[in-house]
Amino acid sequence: MTAFILRRLWQMVPTLAGVILLVFFLFNWVGGDPALVLAGKVADPATIANIRRQLGVDQPYWVQLWIFVKQVFTFDFGRSWSTNEEVAHVILTRIGPTLTIMVPVMLIGTTLAVLFAVLVAYVRGTLTDRIVMIVATTAMSVSFLVYIIVFQWLFGFRFGIFPVQGWTDDFWTNLTRYAPLPIILAVLVGLAPELRLYRSFFLEELEQDYVRTARAKGLSEARVLLRHVLRNALIPILTNIGIYLPGLFVGSFLLEVFFAIPGLGREIIGAVNRSDFPVIKAVTVYLAMFTMLVNLLVDLAYRFVDPRVTFR
Amino acid sequence: MASLTVVAFFVALMLSSALGFVAHDWSAEVGISYAPPAFIAAGARETTGAGLETAAAVTGPKPVDISDVDPLAPRYAEWRERAGKIESVRFHPSATLPLGGDKWGRDVLKKTIKGSEVSITVGLVAALLAVALGAVFGATAGYWGGRVDDMFEWLYNVFTSIPYILLILAFAAVLSRGLATIILILGLTGWTGVYRLMRAEYIKHAGREYVRAAQAIGASHAARMFRHILPNTGHVMLVQLSQHVVQFIKAEVILSFLGLGVPVSMVSWGTMLAEAQEELVIGKWWQLVAAGTSMAVLVTAVSLLTDAMRDALDPRLR
Repeated sequence: MTAFILRRLWQMVPTLAGVILLVFFLFNWVGGDPALVLAGKVADPATIANIRRQLGVDQPYWVQLWIFVKQVFTFDFGRSWSTNEEVAHVILTRIGPTLTIMVPVMLIGTTLAVLFAVLVAYVRGTLTDRIVMIVATTAMSVSFLVYIIVFQWLFGFRFGIFPVQGWTDDFWTNLTRYAPLPIILAVLVGLAPELRLYRSFFLEELEQDYVRTARAKGLSEARVLLRHVLRNALIPILTNIGIYLPGLFVGSFLLEVFFAIPGLGREIIGAVNRSDFPVIKAVTVYLAMFTMLVNLLVDLAYRFVDPRVTFR
Repeated sequence: MASLTVVAFFVALMLSSALGFVAHDWSAEVGISYAPPAFIAAGARETTGAGLETAAAVTGPKPVDISDVDPLAPRYAEWRERAGKIESVRFHPSATLPLGGDKWGRDVLKKTIKGSEVSITVGLVAALLAVALGAVFGATAGYWGGRVDDMFEWLYNVFTSIPYILLILAFAAVLSRGLATIILILGLTGWTGVYRLMRAEYIKHAGREYVRAAQAIGASHAARMFRHILPNTGHVMLVQLSQHVVQFIKAEVILSFLGLGVPVSMVSWGTMLAEAQEELVIGKWWQLVAAGTSMAVLVTAVSLLTDAMRDALDPRLR
């Protein structure tokens, strides 16, 4: 197992190098001269030259690349170009609000999707199953944007059940007052595609021989579904969660923009609009690292779900 | 079949809009600001019109003649004469429009049609680009194997280790804004899924007898890759193409909404939804419904078409 982890970590090295190269290529080569952006509309050549020297842009490309690699491993991306705030500080302060929204979304959303999927898969082929599937397919075709606009207007503005938007420094106020509406929205919108996907996983398992055996032994339906089928269907479900997990940190940037939540997603959108490259660079590289680690963790988790899995 | 009709209808609408048959004057001011849709306003119009007339009759005190103290009085006649010489077209904004109007009195129906042009163009061209890239990469990697395969696998790992939406935003940050850019962004970031499937197909086919027979009669590598194997993977590409169209239409709407998509001089469903957010608060819901519904109908139709194509073309599912 240790050997497996070590080998997987070793395999990450070229990928990480690729990510660093890609980000470097995008922002230092395609992105153009940052000094022109930074110096503003009216700039004299001296100012531009000065900024270029500060950022190291006047150096040859391989020196710039080395600077960037050093930045990645010392967690020091310098300061934001537009707010002059330290990039590390930006990321650390924005991640809290994002997780306040996204962790409940993940927990509630996955639990509901798995439960409903078991139920719908159990009554497959019936009218209920078909109606649920039609509703889910229709719901998926409407843009997330439309849902946010309508729900925010309906529950925030028209009925006034939740505040339209806002955020405080207090965690509990945030969680109980400002977070519920975005969380409900994200859970509801995420439910349809997950339900469809998980239902297909369960259907596949329900056709297996071991289900018939379990029923032949006289086990109750609840026990067959929740102990035998659920555990086997957990592997594809885990893979799916693993795909979504890194996205948790970027959050649903649309929700953050609409509900004025000072999270990482909104920060990235702002950074893109302001051409604030250090922030985007840092977030991209670190999230790529995190994604690779999550993939490794998911592979390890297979082992605990299914003892037959062996690490090669 | 019904979904095919709907998709064909949208494409026809988009083509006629692109060629200027319909909706070429979408930015013209044809109605009053926030003109309500015709079907709900038909009853309401008469009552408000009558109210205006009576109000005008009541509030009409005789203007006081101040010409003896007004220093500009002698020149009024001259000005009136000069003003009369300037030709002016009297503009009659209509009080209602088929699907309502927006803040500047533009016709929502025409905007929706024009918006479909942008959305479908982006979806289709970006999907073609992504599928083409994925197919070429996948074909090369799967056919040659070895070092070449390792290199493409490395590229794939790099692209997939960055969360997709972040990858799009990173590309958007460095490229300028515009229709071509958004197509480029979506195409350059969206090839990974196609690559995966095409690579598997090519690995499967490369050792088959018909390919070796082609080699025996002297077909070149390129001929084997693209003339012999490619047609056999057509179903994969077709299904992937329509799946990506859906995905990219949705992505374009979101990018345009965030101001990273099409410029303000163009209209897309995303920019319509961006306007709709403010309009909803003052009760003007028709632009939201028009853009949202047309997008939902198109997306559903393409999705159903994808499912139908997969059932018809994928031999494994039979």
